[in-house]
Amino acid sequence: MTVLLVLIPVSLLLGLTGLLFFAWSVKNNQYDDPQGAAERILDDAHDSAPKKDP
Amino acid sequence: MTGSAFPLSPPESLPKDAGHPDNSATTDSPASQTLLYISDMHCGGCISKIEARLGQMPAVISARVNLSLKQVRINAAPHLPAQAMVDALAEIGFSARPLDSHVLPDDKAEMRATLLRIAVAGFGMMNVMLLSVSVWSGADAATRQLLHLISALIALPVLIYAARPFFASAFKVLRHWQMNMDVPISLAILLASLNSLYDALTGGAHAYFDAALALTFFLLSGRYLEQLARSKARSAAALLAGRQSRFATIRRRRQLCRMAVDDIREGDRLVSAAGEAIACDGQVIKGESETDRSFLTGESLPVAVRAGTRVYASEINLTGQLEIEVSARNTDSLLTRIISLVDIAETSRNRYTALADRAARIYAPAVHVLAAIGFLFWYGTSNDFHLSLSVAIALLIITCPCALGLAVPAVVTITSGRLFKGGILLKNATALERLAEIDVIVFDKTGTLTSGQFTAADLDRFSVQDLGVMRALAAASHHPLSTALYDALAARKLPEPALENITELPAKGVRAVYNGHIVMLGHPDWVAKDSVQSQFSGQARLGFKSPDTGVHFLCFDEHIHKDVPEMLACLDKMGYRRLLLTGDNTQSAQIIADQLGFDEVIAGVTPEDKMAHIQRLQASGRKVLMAGDGLNDTAALATAHAAIAPADALDAARSSADAILLGHNIQGLPFLLASARSAKKRILENFALALIYNLIAVPLAFAGLATPLAAAIAMSASSVSVSLNAFRAPGQNKGADR
Repeated sequence: MTVLLVLIPVSLLLGLTGLLFFAWSVKNNQYDDPQGAAERILDDAHDSAPKKDP
Repeated sequence: MTGSAFPLSPPESLPKDAGHPDNSATTDSPASQTLLYISDMHCGGCISKIEARLGQMPAVISARVNLSLKQVRINAAPHLPAQAMVDALAEIGFSARPLDSHVLPDDKAEMRATLLRIAVAGFGMMNVMLLSVSVWSGADAATRQLLHLISALIALPVLIYAARPFFASAFKVLRHWQMNMDVPISLAILLASLNSLYDALTGGAHAYFDAALALTFFLLSGRYLEQLARSKARSAAALLAGRQSRFATIRRRRQLCRMAVDDIREGDRLVSAAGEAIACDGQVIKGESETDRSFLTGESLPVAVRAGTRVYASEINLTGQLEIEVSARNTDSLLTRIISLVDIAETSRNRYTALADRAARIYAPAVHVLAAIGFLFWYGTSNDFHLSLSVAIALLIITCPCALGLAVPAVVTITSGRLFKGGILLKNATALERLAEIDVIVFDKTGTLTSGQFTAADLDRFSVQDLGVMRALAAASHHPLSTALYDALAARKLPEPALENITELPAKGVRAVYNGHIVMLGHPDWVAKDSVQSQFSGQARLGFKSPDTGVHFLCFDEHIHKDVPEMLACLDKMGYRRLLLTGDNTQSAQIIADQLGFDEVIAGVTPEDKMAHIQRLQASGRKVLMAGDGLNDTAALATAHAAIAPADALDAARSSADAILLGHNIQGLPFLLASARSAKKRILENFALALIYNLIAVPLAFAGLATPLAAAIAMSASSVSVSLNAFRAPGQNKGADR
């Protein structure tokens, strides 16, 4: 069972990484216009990142 | 907008020309922000067309479409008026309306916080659930205690962060000795985590950390959906506040001109017509009227204003034309507008108790009583405090309105999203529930059923002086006939007579004094009342009292909107009673009614009669939906159980309505009503689903058989099934598809 001492921190670390990425994406306006983002990706002249708040 | 109009975002957050490297305008010059609402964009093609067209304008620094909200946010040099952008978009076939970005409340921060809370709760839930699975699959003794302790280390900080909105809300209502859904939620989360912490420290068998976290996660999801729906409703409310008062009439060197509200300075002379929201704070210098100040003060009676009275932006000028010396720019009266928006939301909410709140009023006490009985029963029979507390906690967690918290917001969000796509904006969340209860629909005629376009016939028989007076009188009113008359005369070269004491009387007309003679333009009955030649044919729609040649009558051709007959037939099939209630004369109302088929026609009514008639209907147990657009409908709209108005209705009418039909989109009514009915059905189904889960789980919990595993399964299953039910397609109501 000592393997738990390694596995639990590893799983927590992975979870935290995901959480941090999510927080980063929220802060980068990625959830402001989900419908628009879905359409823009099909546009040839698409922009790779959401714009900063004007 | 002016360069100083930048209270909401600091200059350093301006985009550094990211998407438009070819742009000649530099970000050093002060830019201003414009927000346009474009109802008819729905795909990627629209996005690129709109952004490209706006990008071509040299003064535009950047333009960014938000498709989810159907808005485009434009940064441009301050000299570019919003109207120029609206015109540019009209060229490529989009109808844009300016939104007041100062009025639009910024709920982004709140929604982002909720998203982050959901993510944190989800992270905690997943990790603790993994540990719980090990416990459920047979870990015991020291291993179990270790797993429980690690769970506690994860769960407690996560709960403190993620569940704070529930604690805050519960604390707030408890301080006022009241109850809401958040009280049992907070109690369950708090008791469950404290009891589990005790178990973890003492090596007990059961820990409910995963249940407490799952509860928080699902409830936060429900709250996020609610916020989404509210953010769209707010955008609708801002559209209302934004449109009519974006432009105002200004008198400069005796010339009247329309100009953007943002360009108005202190000291300008603002001319405010009856029915219009006053655009800026200021002092009345000419004219007499009454204003509806209820947004600001809560006073329900109109306030009389005359020269010297202070008036504030967003007050609605009710009866007479006013000339106002502006004392503060639009941006400075920002606060008053936000207050008015909040009040719109609150007053309409006070009128009706939402289904969820009604459920909470029964549900919350019932849950507490049940948990208390469980505790007392077990304590009485076993005398084991810890065991009894565990049963009470299991009861609280299992009955906790997790599914109920999702039941209403999920349905409301999905339905309002569908309506939004169909061009209908809901102004508040309980509108759907009230619309579902409707059985009588009362229509106003002019502007609502008829397209609002008239052609004035036979104007050439009047003298140039009469036409000039007529045009000046027509300019003072927003009645569709006055507008038509004004439009017909606008292009002609006519004298501009100086009229004094211009007053608009609701449902009657406009009266003024010219060279000592009273001149009138309005309802034929009213104009003809004190005249000898009171003969007029049924076709006459306006009376005009000329300064020297007596009373004349004007005929108009009226166009019924092309989809109206079909819509009324559809409503008939759906089983609604249809009433025509109009201030117009009996004969012309009958002409329209015969073409369209109404259950009842009441013509020649004053605004008071309209309101009284609706009150009588409601007193007899009917639930009335009022559809109207004018000043004379405002009282009726506010009285009715639910109210709708087209988007181009007067400010006064739109602020009394629950739903706004974009454009002349009155044919969306059957779609709206069918959606409301199916939404209510879904909500009730969701309540039933949640109840069934409780009926199964409560006896188990009461018997002390609800392990943390059973609680976790019951909770997740009920939440998932409730959400899935909300996503089902609307019921096959006749007329649901337009």
